[in-house]
Amino acid sequence: MANGESEPGADAPAGGFVQLLTPDGERVDSVTTADGVTYSVDFTDDEYRGLYRDLVTVRRLDAEATALQRQGELGIWASLLGQEAAQVGSGRALRPQDMAFPTYREHGVLYCRGIDPIMPFGLFRGVDQGGWDPNEFKFNTYTIVIGSQTLHATGYAMGITMDGKTGSPDGEAVIAYFGDGATSQGEVNEGFVWSGVFHAPIVFFCQNNQYAISEPLERQTRIPLYRRAAGYGFPGVRIDGNDVLATYAVTRAALDHARTGQGPTLIEAYTYRMGAHTSSDDPTRYRIASEVESWKAKDPISRVKAFLSKQQLAGDDFFGEVDETAGKLALDLRERVLALPDPPPVSMFDNVYPGGSPEIDAQRAQFERYQASFEGSAH
Amino acid sequence: MAETITLGKALNHGLRRALESDPKVIIMGEDVGKLGGVFRITDGLQKDFGEDRVIDTPLAEAGIVGTAIGLAIRGYRPVCEIQFDGFVFPAYNQIVAQVAKMFYRSKGNVRLPIVIRIPYGGGIGAVEHHSESPEAYFAHTPGLKVVTCANPADAYHMIQQSIASDDPIVFFEPKRRYWEKGAVDLDAAPDFPLHASRVTRAGSDITLLAYGPMVKVALEAAQAADEDGRNIEVIDLRTLSPLDMGPVYDSVRKTGRCVVVHEAPGNLGLGSEIAARVTEECFYSLEAPVLRVAGYDVPYPAARVEEEYLPDLDRVLDAVDRSFGW
Repeated sequence: MANGESEPGADAPAGGFVQLLTPDGERVDSVTTADGVTYSVDFTDDEYRGLYRDLVTVRRLDAEATALQRQGELGIWASLLGQEAAQVGSGRALRPQDMAFPTYREHGVLYCRGIDPIMPFGLFRGVDQGGWDPNEFKFNTYTIVIGSQTLHATGYAMGITMDGKTGSPDGEAVIAYFGDGATSQGEVNEGFVWSGVFHAPIVFFCQNNQYAISEPLERQTRIPLYRRAAGYGFPGVRIDGNDVLATYAVTRAALDHARTGQGPTLIEAYTYRMGAHTSSDDPTRYRIASEVESWKAKDPISRVKAFLSKQQLAGDDFFGEVDETAGKLALDLRERVLALPDPPPVSMFDNVYPGGSPEIDAQRAQFERYQASFEGSAH
Repeated sequence: MAETITLGKALNHGLRRALESDPKVIIMGEDVGKLGGVFRITDGLQKDFGEDRVIDTPLAEAGIVGTAIGLAIRGYRPVCEIQFDGFVFPAYNQIVAQVAKMFYRSKGNVRLPIVIRIPYGGGIGAVEHHSESPEAYFAHTPGLKVVTCANPADAYHMIQQSIASDDPIVFFEPKRRYWEKGAVDLDAAPDFPLHASRVTRAGSDITLLAYGPMVKVALEAAQAADEDGRNIEVIDLRTLSPLDMGPVYDSVRKTGRCVVVHEAPGNLGLGSEIAARVTEECFYSLEAPVLRVAGYDVPYPAARVEEEYLPDLDRVLDAVDRSFGW
């Protein structure tokens, strides 16, 4: 290839992956896997530019959140830096009727669902535990115990089947997010078993970002993760998780496969966590700088920018405007995060039981009396 | 019209009634379908309601409860069967970290009307993991409600009330009482609140608290004590979380003495919490400390010695004697 650029897929791990846009921004028309499935995308120029805008925006909002944490305004932040393509590609592949079950890092998916990006900040600021309605947004509450949500997603998908909502292009599907570490959890494997047995309309979307906090992939598996699917009786596909086009194409196909009644798929999005696990982590203790540098060359955003430039789909005016707009969104987000009110202490007694509890009521009353006993005194 | 049926059959009728009255009710568990459950509690239900509503699941307890959560988010009302008490622990994470917290986490947006049925307790000569009483683990967890029935009529009504409730409920079934009979009016609607304790034998001298399989032991002890001229009041607690202490306080203020009985190990068991509350609320009425008759603080022992492990009539009466001897 000209200019010393690498061949498509040259950066793939052993066994390959589906890639439709190289790190240099070269477009690959289509990819046919060993299973004989062909993947491609057919975007308009506007849609390509829209994906770029999504990627830049979610990275910018993420950077703002990291800054807010460093300034003491968030208790903790789980950054998605490096995983923007995996999240935007899969998030945009969802149809409105689809249901997503996130971990605690899917801020990019949340954004692509059209949800106000401030929604998870109550959790990270410590003013609530999440607090949104999964059914309103088709986006479940963040789940922090690793892998637990894969079973919730499986059950929800079984419900879709029981409701007769599969078997047509209008059918519903579920996407369950999790990471490479989660694949070692028994519950995730149970999710695979159940989904296979019940032929559930679900896509298991594993963002393999190479690390479970400090532990590298080698501590979780001896085989590529996508190959595990064969043991459960459904297809597994590995994609270049830093390629938003491949992520979109494969996720959209897998979701449509599910909604038309053809069962689950495991997608392994091969990517890299460029930042720390969370703001409390120090990755310099367990990985070397050259590794991080090698992944910078595979950045999910710069390849889209290169593609848009080469194809003359966008120029500096556009790129500048996208940055500026994202910056404004970030500042707006900052202001609204800072304005999030602390909950009244007595609210800790709210929403323990749908049917209420006389014991909780009694404790609430006791707490209120205790609080009131300080009124008028300097404490 | 009242029929005389076993506690197990009463549960079966109650589940059938729940399936009939709400199409969103589903039953899921290991062997609950064709087999009808290892204790036959779901006997005949799959045949009548279909494989989509009475679901034979893969052999994975976390999966049973975890998928029930997703089904509940979708609008279903799952009734999960855990085959035996000692097999609930693979599902413990899903019950304690997810089922119990989802309503709170979502600020009341997500209700999980899930019932988790667990046959519990000893006395059936079983091997390890088949005779345990793990109720305190769940009663200790905010967000869960915990109930247990002691007779066929309560079994029939409480299982229906639990399924109709929007709260997540762990429903403990006294497995050694499955075969004991009592009168149940299958046409009657429940006329007693689910989360209420009940005085099952009025008395004036001492208050005896029990639940689940121990209610029968308590009643037998009361009968025996009666012959010695001691008039024991027996309260069936029925609801372990929340506890319904009102009738207990009323009773203890009257009798001045209180003994709590349960099969679970005494250390940090329900009896400990009850003793603390009675002491706080009825301190000036007490003639003696609240005494506990419980399983010993050992792993559930081998079947050949379980009769010595389990509280029985003699141990209960011994505690009654000690209370009076204070």
